Amino acid sequence: MNAPTYNFAYLDEQTKRMIRRAILKAIAIPGYQVPFASREMPMPYGWGTGGVQVTAAILGVDDKLKVIDQGSDDTTNAISIRKFFEKTAGVAVTTNTADATVIQTRHRIPEAKLGSHQVLVYQVPIPEPLRFLEPRETETRRMHALAEYGLIHVKLYEDIARFGHIATAYAYPVKVNARYVMDPSPTPKFDNPKMDNCDALQLFGAGREKRIYAIPPYTKVQSLDFEDHPFEPYKHKACCALCNAEDSYLDEIVTDDKGSRMFVCSDTDYCETRQAQGHHGSESAAPYAESRHA
Amino acid sequence: MYVAVKGGERAIENAHRLLAHERRGDRNVPEVSLDQISNQLGLAVDRVMTEGSLYDRELAALAIKQARGDMIEAIFLLRAFRATLPRFGSSEPVDTAKMQVRRRVSSTFKDMPGGQVLGPTFDYTHRLLDPSLMSEGSPEQPNVVAEAEPGIMPRVTDILGRDGLIEQSPAGDPEKPVGDLTRDSLSFPADRDLRLQNLARGDEGYLLALGYSTQRGYGRNHPFAGEIRLGEVEIEFVAEDVGFAVPLGAITLTECQMVNQFKGSDTEAPCFTRGYGLAFGQSERKVMSMALVDRALRARELGEDVKAPAQDEEFVLSHSDNVQSTGFVEHLKLPHYVDFQSELGLLRKLRKEFAEANEAPTPMQEAAE
Repeated sequence: MNAPTYNFAYLDEQTKRMIRRAILKAIAIPGYQVPFASREMPMPYGWGTGGVQVTAAILGVDDKLKVIDQGSDDTTNAISIRKFFEKTAGVAVTTNTADATVIQTRHRIPEAKLGSHQVLVYQVPIPEPLRFLEPRETETRRMHALAEYGLIHVKLYEDIARFGHIATAYAYPVKVNARYVMDPSPTPKFDNPKMDNCDALQLFGAGREKRIYAIPPYTKVQSLDFEDHPFEPYKHKACCALCNAEDSYLDEIVTDDKGSRMFVCSDTDYCETRQAQGHHGSESAAPYAESRHA
Repeated sequence: MYVAVKGGERAIENAHRLLAHERRGDRNVPEVSLDQISNQLGLAVDRVMTEGSLYDRELAALAIKQARGDMIEAIFLLRAFRATLPRFGSSEPVDTAKMQVRRRVSSTFKDMPGGQVLGPTFDYTHRLLDPSLMSEGSPEQPNVVAEAEPGIMPRVTDILGRDGLIEQSPAGDPEKPVGDLTRDSLSFPADRDLRLQNLARGDEGYLLALGYSTQRGYGRNHPFAGEIRLGEVEIEFVAEDVGFAVPLGAITLTECQMVNQFKGSDTEAPCFTRGYGLAFGQSERKVMSMALVDRALRARELGEDVKAPAQDEEFVLSHSDNVQSTGFVEHLKLPHYVDFQSELGLLRKLRKEFAEANEAPTPMQEAAE
């Protein structure tokens, strides 16, 4: 066999064109899931193949890429995807949210406000917000077409009847541009308000399920709720032990086997930036030992 | 002092190096070659080529070696490589009636033109571990096989078809391009071309279980193995420049034509119906399972009740791909700290509310007090 040579950002130009067309359609119909001919990527389905294909299709030579998983640049899968694009596209990479032009993410939206020069690419496992209420694609497509969203409101109502409040903590469904109900990917509902009227373009890629959808900049994104039970953003009852932030999403760290816990920012760049600015929490952070990305 | 958890590029590199070491195993044992895998583990190669959708024995053997014998991992490697290959076009339809047959059995007729040819098969072997294989050796040479004349082995379904006892094979529309679910996303209801492609790429174990379920009453379709044939067929390709079909070479295929009962309907006389299976190499279990499931999935088309899992097109076709399945199942080992944290927060809140509600005096007690 011939030694394989790969195109810029791995995908061939025909495939990129096909994905870009799907992206343009997705932007034109905010929140609508556009089917696309997802390719087999050299990483497993469920590990970000949708996000990787979207990123590969939009990446240009001048872009600066940031990849996060669980809010962190240093989780293994984020490193693996960042290295993939360093190798196949040779683009500059960064961990600094403000510097990045393309941010690929899994399960979080960065704490820092995004700008109009940025694109946020979400990795999506199950793009269909109605899937766990109705397993059939033929049915859910019809429900979206008719904007027949009674079922999901009944589910939220049943939560209220049973628990007194809506019991969905992540992948909290939203309505985009007052038309399509959309799954925000498994981000915590803490992040939902950041999607609304965002300056940045938000693209969602689901590789295994072969769907792309989008929220164009400055689009209304409403978390589903009721007039008498409005959406409640999640609020931690703690602040970051490293940077003392009170407004960030926190990871719970188990520090011993006697029930001790501490809370630290899930967004590592946000936390490190705050520490560099002189904010300190109850604990001090060890200096980061490994090579840091520029 | 708290040290933040870092995944670390070094950890990944070290893990990969360790994996390569484990793959090699004891370095005093000679390394297995691709030729050895291709020749002596040939059925593994056949399966990887079939589910990997790429007919290349050498690359399939490489994938098996690299995957340490993990078949799904090997299939994944081959698929990811296939996705990068350019398309020149589609071959002409292969004609399995012209197959150079090495094995051909029918369970519906004792004899028919061309006869029964047992060929290389595990069937009728006694499954006794063979201690002679514990050391190297050469088995006896096979008795020389006469080459079959092409054309003297008509397909059993064609024989039945002449009397109209079996439904006609749906005539293909030569103008209509054959669907390709690696180039378009699958939508439902799926045409039979896409369904057969999906099943051909589908996991052998999954199809086996579904096929088996139809035999045990979950969507029974009274199957007979009309014919199973194994052999070589020629692949032809119409090159635009030349203007006629040129042979590209021969590939090994296994085909199964399942013959199934059909009661008939108001408009159609009772006749046998077809279920079809086709795979690269010698893959009998695969093609028989595939044929059972193909027939089960024709329930809607034939006006049968859709009640069993194997008849449910969306269920069967959406979960047949083992590369997709394994990716999504195994992605559960990726970090989920963030969503788990949300669930923790919610669960604590629910438990607190539950405890408060149970501590509070009930209205009945209040009245009594």
